[in-house]
Amino acid sequence: MSSSQQQETDVLINEQGYDDHFHEHHHGDKYQSNFITHYIFSQDHKIIARQFLVTGIFWAIIGASMSIIFRLQLGFPDDSMAWLKPILGKWITINDAGHGALNPEFYYALVTMHGTIIVFFVLTAGLSGTFANLLIPYQLGARDMASPFLNMLSYWFFFLASVVMFISLFLSTGPFAGGWTAYPPLSALPEASSGSGAGMTLWLVSLTFFVVSVLLGGINYVTTVLNLRTKGMNLWRMPLTVWALLVTAILGILSFPVLVSGFFLLIFDRGMGTSFYLSEIFVNGAAMQNVGGSPILYQHLFWFLGHPEVYIIILPAMGLTSEVLSVHARKPIFGYKAMVYSILAIGFLSFIVWAHHMFMSGVNPFISNFFVVFTLIIAVPSAVKVFNWISTLYKGNIRFTSAMLFAIGFVSMFISGGLTGIFLGNSAIDIQLHDTYFVVAHFHIVMGIAAFFGMFAGVYHWFPRMYGRFMNETLGRIHFWMTIVGAYAIFWPMHYMGMAGVPRRYYRFDTFDAFGHFGGLNEFITIAAIITFSAQLLFVFNFFYSIWYGKKMTTKNPWGATTLEWTTPIKAGHGNWPGKLPTVHRWAYDYSKEGADKDFIQQHLPLTDKEKAEEANH
Amino acid sequence: MSNSGIIEHKVKRGIHPPLFALWAAMASIVMMFGSLTSAYIVRQAAGNWLEFRMPDIFFYSTITILISSVTLHTSYWAFRNGRKNLYRLFLPVTLILGIAFVVMQYQGWQALYDIGVALDGNPGGSFFYLISGVHAAHVVGGLFALIVAAIYAFTLPYNYTEKRRRRFQLVLHYWHFVDILWVYLFLFLLIQ
Repeated sequence: MSSSQQQETDVLINEQGYDDHFHEHHHGDKYQSNFITHYIFSQDHKIIARQFLVTGIFWAIIGASMSIIFRLQLGFPDDSMAWLKPILGKWITINDAGHGALNPEFYYALVTMHGTIIVFFVLTAGLSGTFANLLIPYQLGARDMASPFLNMLSYWFFFLASVVMFISLFLSTGPFAGGWTAYPPLSALPEASSGSGAGMTLWLVSLTFFVVSVLLGGINYVTTVLNLRTKGMNLWRMPLTVWALLVTAILGILSFPVLVSGFFLLIFDRGMGTSFYLSEIFVNGAAMQNVGGSPILYQHLFWFLGHPEVYIIILPAMGLTSEVLSVHARKPIFGYKAMVYSILAIGFLSFIVWAHHMFMSGVNPFISNFFVVFTLIIAVPSAVKVFNWISTLYKGNIRFTSAMLFAIGFVSMFISGGLTGIFLGNSAIDIQLHDTYFVVAHFHIVMGIAAFFGMFAGVYHWFPRMYGRFMNETLGRIHFWMTIVGAYAIFWPMHYMGMAGVPRRYYRFDTFDAFGHFGGLNEFITIAAIITFSAQLLFVFNFFYSIWYGKKMTTKNPWGATTLEWTTPIKAGHGNWPGKLPTVHRWAYDYSKEGADKDFIQQHLPLTDKEKAEEANH
Repeated sequence: MSNSGIIEHKVKRGIHPPLFALWAAMASIVMMFGSLTSAYIVRQAAGNWLEFRMPDIFFYSTITILISSVTLHTSYWAFRNGRKNLYRLFLPVTLILGIAFVVMQYQGWQALYDIGVALDGNPGGSFFYLISGVHAAHVVGGLFALIVAAIYAFTLPYNYTEKRRRRFQLVLHYWHFVDILWVYLFLFLLIQ
């Protein structure tokens, strides 16, 4: 966009925009008075988004490093890990021959923490925390969130949760090691394993803070979307990112409290001697007093959150992908309303499928049928979305930027991972596949890698909006190709291991006759994981280097996008628009419209006479 | 005002954003108690369940919190209709009734313990303590809101403004909510 066109945009907003008397009340930006209120205890949604993102990146590095350590154990169980002694300390035991072995208890702790960190801290807070904060006010034409103060608290509760979880990594008894799902009795009896004591206590405290963060954030996001849209921005003009983030927030508000209920019962079992989840358990040969509890009850409460949680992770990625695909294919998103209804349908269905995680837990097989049917029905809205993404690409004028590559990669990953979900959703096939590497492969592709791809697409695309500079495209493309090839190399072979019945979470397989021949494959996966991990370091370098030294953003709307965040000044103050708010006249996807002089028309541009006539005819 | 000021000048759409946010939070709380009572039903259906008669004090506490809703609504009505003294009278009355409710719940737990229903015994008793305890925690939250409302009522000169009405409305809705929530829990625990 040339500078004269930019001036036109400013003039247009000034002439036709909605005057909310912002400047009569806020002479300049008084929030940016000093470093602490601007960068640390900031109430500006843009800064909070960056805080979520950087904290998420920090946790992603830790969570991924843990996976490298346990992959080393799985790929090379006989090699010495003595070189890790300086980092892991007593968790590496060195024998007389100088051979270092990873402590099996700590191996479980690594698996547990890897799951907890990536699921909650990276793909929930890091993903929807970042983009809900960044995009909801920007794309709706709002000055900020409904309550900037609660928004700030939301980040700081996440920070507190992070600190507590981080401390738990350094406990002498180790962090919690009973799996990220924290099933009782390992989570309910402090004496059950070394990580079940202080490690589990800190895990519970941390996740409770985390839930507070999600609820404060979610309530704010929903309130903002439903109440603070600028003039003309009706629901059917919202970009799909905002739709996805809205449904994500609703899912969070309705499902996380159920997890808290489960935690309450767990806390009472741990500290107050109740028996909600415990019955007739022996620890070290001694019978526990607890009688009458049911561990299945925890699984119900956990998965009532746990299943919506996977959509809390994937829906924002879907929204970001939809937006990036449309912008870089220079085409309106195909089937906008179908996309919205699919998001709503997925959100609704996510609440009535939780027991498909429990087919092998002893639930009634007749009840399982109910959950099988609804699980398989989720394939329908998911397929609608995939069809629409591919149709959006069809005959598009595709620009293969890093953001676009990751968005296309998201679609690829979502298809690959989604199809295996149909296998796992059947309770009969699940008898063979449950708790095997097939499950590991399925969820890593569909909600791990796919969600990361959506996040990367979002970061590359909105990086200029966040930092006023571009990320390096060459590094971005190298990052993409290494990641997509590496991710498939890691997880594709796991399907075959899973079909052969290789169980997940085992410390080593070479001692089992049935699985010993997978040794070579495990080595291959580990090497692929190390290469893929190093590609992520490239991203981290690119990210931080570009914040200070990236190519500067010289125009407001570098991608030629239609949405409102690209009408704000390059360095937008608190309040986003310096004068009036833009008024919205059209939907978010007017790309390559017939008769228009450019291949995009921004949302705040009024309808032309011809367009008005067309609208009247409908 | 300086921190929350930004939201005051937004496009207005019917419901006031903080009230909407409160309702979203209440939906969240409903899910929490919905899951607790569902867990209760699931666990009860599995057998080995302690049956006991609910102590009478819980009937009195229920009546108390019901009356407190009436008094708070009266105060709200008085505030809107310029009945300054009635407005100021019924706010502390509601506060006292609210505190009385929490005290009575505590006495109820003691009565339960006396008839041999222990927290760390059969889950049938544990659930009762847990559900009523978590509810009481939410009432305590409402008490703090009532204290703030009462301080406003007595320190600020009486003056009907839209802003003050909305603030009062937040307290009112939340208090009615914990009241109705308890009635549901009471009937649930009574019938089960």
